[in-house]
Amino acid sequence: MNPALNSDLNSAINAGMAPVATPWFFYVLAGLAVVGGLLVITRRNAVHSALALIVTLLAVAGLYLMLYAPFVAGVQIIVYAGGIMVLFLFVIMLVNIERSSKDRQFNRMWPVGLAAACALLALFVTAFVKGKALFPDRMMALAEGSNTQQIAGMLYGEAGRMGEYTFAFEIASLLLLVAILGAVIMTKKKI
Amino acid sequence: MPNFIMSYLGIKDAITPGAAGSQFWALIYVFIIFTGVSVAVMAMNWLERKALAHFQIRLGPMRVGPHGLLQPIADAIKLMLKEDIIPAEADQLVFWVAPLIGLLAAFAVYTVIPFGPSQAVSDMNIGILFMLGVSSLGVLGIVVAGWASNSHYPLIGALRSSAQMVSYEVAMGLAVVSAILMTSMKTGTGTLSMIGIVQAQQEQRIWFIFKFFPLGLIAFVIFAIAMVAETNRAPFDMAEAESELTAGYHTEYSGLRWSLFMLAEYAAMIAVSSIAVALWLGGWMRPFPNLLHAPAWDFIFSLFPALTFFGLAAIAIVGVVRMPSHSFFKIQRIGLAVFAALLGFIAVLLLVIAVAGRSADSSVAARFREGIDYVYWFVLKVAVFMYLFIWYRATWPRYRFDQLMKIGWKVMLPISLGVLIVTAIVGALVS
Repeated sequence: MNPALNSDLNSAINAGMAPVATPWFFYVLAGLAVVGGLLVITRRNAVHSALALIVTLLAVAGLYLMLYAPFVAGVQIIVYAGGIMVLFLFVIMLVNIERSSKDRQFNRMWPVGLAAACALLALFVTAFVKGKALFPDRMMALAEGSNTQQIAGMLYGEAGRMGEYTFAFEIASLLLLVAILGAVIMTKKKI
Repeated sequence: MPNFIMSYLGIKDAITPGAAGSQFWALIYVFIIFTGVSVAVMAMNWLERKALAHFQIRLGPMRVGPHGLLQPIADAIKLMLKEDIIPAEADQLVFWVAPLIGLLAAFAVYTVIPFGPSQAVSDMNIGILFMLGVSSLGVLGIVVAGWASNSHYPLIGALRSSAQMVSYEVAMGLAVVSAILMTSMKTGTGTLSMIGIVQAQQEQRIWFIFKFFPLGLIAFVIFAIAMVAETNRAPFDMAEAESELTAGYHTEYSGLRWSLFMLAEYAAMIAVSSIAVALWLGGWMRPFPNLLHAPAWDFIFSLFPALTFFGLAAIAIVGVVRMPSHSFFKIQRIGLAVFAALLGFIAVLLLVIAVAGRSADSSVAARFREGIDYVYWFVLKVAVFMYLFIWYRATWPRYRFDQLMKIGWKVMLPISLGVLIVTAIVGALVS
């Protein structure tokens, strides 16, 4: 952790700057995310589900903002809410909603889904119960003003040395490139 | 006046209400911007009809008010009184929500538009990212509207528009990245904040459109093309091509809901134009701040807002004089004269502020003068883009959809990638 940032935050707190991110915002955003998530799995109409998923994603972006991670929030909005969900809708719109909403569920995977959901819930409950030991007892001292620069430093390195995550980042980009090539080759017969 | 308010009128040490954590002033700014944008959209509506008509050697609206000046108000009243039809087979809820999504996305962007160093609702660390992200949500409104209408033309329009916007977003984003790279040239750390990007141009003493000539220019041109496609305007208005799709995604919409789509479209046009202005055209800076930097030049340039309004008043007076002297035109003549007097009054007011605030001290008048200058130059640059939108529409025929996709993926994307790489190399070599 950068000590300079730590002292920055401390001085800001001592100066009496009240954080705008109050618990009220957290409850509203978390509620929106949960309600949106429930709607995603309960709506029979796939377009309604997709719209509810967008609400959830935007609420989660708001939660990232509250965690002093504006860059992640911005990327969440661009990539998920703006990009992926538009493509989702694009595909869903071509499906015959009338028929598919009356169809019986033919997929027998619900026990697996239930198990996965239970495992995730168990993880969350453990984290909540043991939270004191797992996490620091006070807020991470990340100044929101330099969040983007810090991420850049970690990914690309700063002051002439390689970043902590440069290798992983480049590998991930290679993976995405392979996926793009795969998509092009699969859809295009003649290149 | 209390110090608190003074700090918002000021420039030197002033900060945006968002940075000061003042919800009250943020709300006031939001209110001012919302009103300003709505008025600008109405003015744009009139100007577009008028300019298009003149391009085609017609008169355009002439009946409602002098030279059709009250036409937007008449249109607004008509749209509000019109029957609001929801097709029986439409998805009621989604049909209802769709225009609101577009409107919200278009207006949310205005929180970070830098009209001046402190004339913005908030200065986010991720400003440009926020603008691109939220404005890309606008496509959801169009897609969902087309689907919810449960009709063929809207659906095809929505499909076209989503494909188009997703494709051009890529080239647009890459052009933006090359501008962001330029912000890091002198200081070593770049910034995504809209105000920071303009300040970087101020520090490097160059508008990014001229930086690393012609790299900045190419990136700017790519953005300027992509933003027309992104707002679904001619010649890229495939989503609402009336010769093929009636009205595209809003075929089934009428009345107030339809007008919300129009409002969102024009608000989005202003928003993307402001991105272009802030990233490449120096934002709130006046022209030639390096070459003509003497205080006398400062004073001369600060007269421009007043001169603009004097010019508008003069045009209105010419209109009054040239009005046919028939008793039928009496009311119109009086109305236009009052309008001219109003414009003249604003001009005199601006002149007084410019003269009173000509010294560079921190008196209230000087601060007012600086604030007006900043907003004036920013709005003027955006206005040029708005006129360009009309000009494009009058000049160019619509592309075919496959041509559009070809340009997006095979021309714009490679060029913008190339510009990005070359900018990075040149930047690394220079610094």
